[in-house]
Amino acid sequence: MADVVRVIDLVKTYYLESVTVQALRGVSLTVEEGDFVALMGPSGSGKSTLLNQLGCLDRPTSGHYYLGDEDVSQMDDDQLSEIRSRFLGFIFQSYNLLPQYTVVENVEIPLLYQGIKLTERTREWCIHLATLVGLGDRLDHRPMQLSGGQQQRVAIARALVNNPHVILADEPTGNLDSRTSDEIMERLQQLNDTGKTIIMVTHENDIASWAKRVIRMRDGHIETDERNQHRTIGKALAKDGVNFNGFSQLPVNV
Amino acid sequence: MYLLLYLLLGLSLLAGIFVPLLYWDKGRRSLILAIRSLWLHKMRAFLSVLGIIIGTGAVIALMAFGEGSMQEALNDIRKLGATNIIVRSRKPPENSATAGRSRVAIYGLTQADYDRFAVLRDGGTVTRMVPMRDFKQEMRRYHLMYTGRAVGTTEDYAAVNDLPIALGRFLRHEDRSNVVVLGSQVANALFPFENPLGQDLRIGQSPYTVVGVLKNRTAVGDSGGQEMEDYNNDVYIPLAACNEHFGSTITNRQAGSFQREQVALSQITLTVSDIDKVRTTGEWIKAILADHPKSDWAVSVPLDKLEAAEREKSRFMILMGMIAGISLVVGGIGIMNIMLATVTERTREIGIRRALGAKRRDITMQFLIEAVVQTTLGGVLGVMIGLTIVFIMPPIFEFWSAHLPAKVHVPSIFLSLIVAVAVGVGFGLYPAYRAAMLDPIEALRHE
Repeated sequence: MADVVRVIDLVKTYYLESVTVQALRGVSLTVEEGDFVALMGPSGSGKSTLLNQLGCLDRPTSGHYYLGDEDVSQMDDDQLSEIRSRFLGFIFQSYNLLPQYTVVENVEIPLLYQGIKLTERTREWCIHLATLVGLGDRLDHRPMQLSGGQQQRVAIARALVNNPHVILADEPTGNLDSRTSDEIMERLQQLNDTGKTIIMVTHENDIASWAKRVIRMRDGHIETDERNQHRTIGKALAKDGVNFNGFSQLPVNV
Repeated sequence: MYLLLYLLLGLSLLAGIFVPLLYWDKGRRSLILAIRSLWLHKMRAFLSVLGIIIGTGAVIALMAFGEGSMQEALNDIRKLGATNIIVRSRKPPENSATAGRSRVAIYGLTQADYDRFAVLRDGGTVTRMVPMRDFKQEMRRYHLMYTGRAVGTTEDYAAVNDLPIALGRFLRHEDRSNVVVLGSQVANALFPFENPLGQDLRIGQSPYTVVGVLKNRTAVGDSGGQEMEDYNNDVYIPLAACNEHFGSTITNRQAGSFQREQVALSQITLTVSDIDKVRTTGEWIKAILADHPKSDWAVSVPLDKLEAAEREKSRFMILMGMIAGISLVVGGIGIMNIMLATVTERTREIGIRRALGAKRRDITMQFLIEAVVQTTLGGVLGVMIGLTIVFIMPPIFEFWSAHLPAKVHVPSIFLSLIVAVAVGVGFGLYPAYRAAMLDPIEALRHE
């Protein structure tokens, strides 16, 4: 499989007043297409900084980051925004839906910034995604009217709307109880099964066990990087509520 | 009825701004987004544009009342006739040689001056020359007495001073006998409940027959230094009859002493054929009168006053504009304040949008359009309130028998709307820039 993410000797240094914080001290990493990576580590280990770098929300102090074939570490702010809107999908711990928008409108947001015309077709596409995550009957609800699990499912649909190369998830189950967490992880796994690359930050071993590959970080370095032998694949396949196969056939440009 | 027209004008202006936005897909979405965000905080949006609303309303109302009263002042001056030149007799300042009480003060324009002016008429520059002589006089009829102003003049006086006839006729050139035309107030005083036409009265010692009565005419205001003239107190008699009956010397009783004056003509009004020749004709008249030994005459050119008043009007309008500008700037600061607070409050939303692919200029546009939509709606509301005030206030003043002239000043509507939009852009820019420059990671972490 082709490498979708290639990080070479990434360094990120923050200057906070008089203190210099080295959040990343030369991280190198490759992620294959279709992989499911869990980033773990204690707080301050640099896992969130790395995720922000991978998400093109920030530029490294030095080093290179190739997303596909493009070196995004040298891009300016506008180009990074373009990359985020076209090639990346985000899932956050606190869902980060816009409260004044309905479910469908929230799913639609990334398309707003792609510079494409919003038509009936794009609207149908958003409705289709919302239906796939099981919210077909709540299209016109506002986030406040949904449970945590439902909100996170909206966020998953939103992360899929631009058919991204990589989905980045920052503690996607951090605000959820264990039963709902499992439900969300099942969805992510189903996504991964259809070929989506997922990189997820978590500090729970339980959650990390869903991933194919676990990377542990400490003090800005990668400490261990191993394939997950105990992957709880069976759970997802056994329940198999929703068929996610549609995703692999998505048009690249909606 | 004009209200509708002005409203249409304003709406077409707004359409000019927003319709192109609607056709541009991204613009339309930003617009809808802005309106939705504002709708979420209706009360706050309204309060933050209150400054703009009041500012715009004040501009419209002040400009309308200013325009109205200025227009009225200009009309007053126009009544004097822009093509007229008024030459008056003026009592020269007294010096020790003339100060004697018993002497007769001889000054002013003479018949000879009038004859010399005839050169101008013969040359074609002056179409009309109206001599006039006036003095205080008592008018009697039976036991009724009225003290008014006797005016000896000719037929053209009515045309030059725009005197409307209510009954009968004005004086005619061929009048040689003792005929009189009464001002409305004189007629009411001496002929209560009667038709004065054909009846007799005494002016001084001589009997006169009434041939006409003037309509009541509101006094011309004291505009541009012009003396207040109350035509309702006048009686008009032929100049020839006047000179015959009252002689050349008029005796005034003042504070127990007598003052005797000899003034042949109190005033000569000349109508110039062409408005462009008014000034040079005025200079000629001054040259003709230069040989008077005393400065006992004055030339007044209403055109000068008209132009001075117009200059004053434009100064006034500029002043009003400045006051209005200040209030709009204050309104703009209110907008900026609220927008800055909004940016802080919506930091997280900005972070989410940035993470999902919004460029800096998308965020700038979002907040800028929000500010502009606010100030534009505020401006429209202000114009409507201003127009309402303009149409409501004059009748209310009329009810309390005061007079408030108002005339909607159309450019002020457009100007204030444009300024409102500009204030939105100007004061929305900084908060929008602040929002766009937020670090997406920091913004996402913001609680």
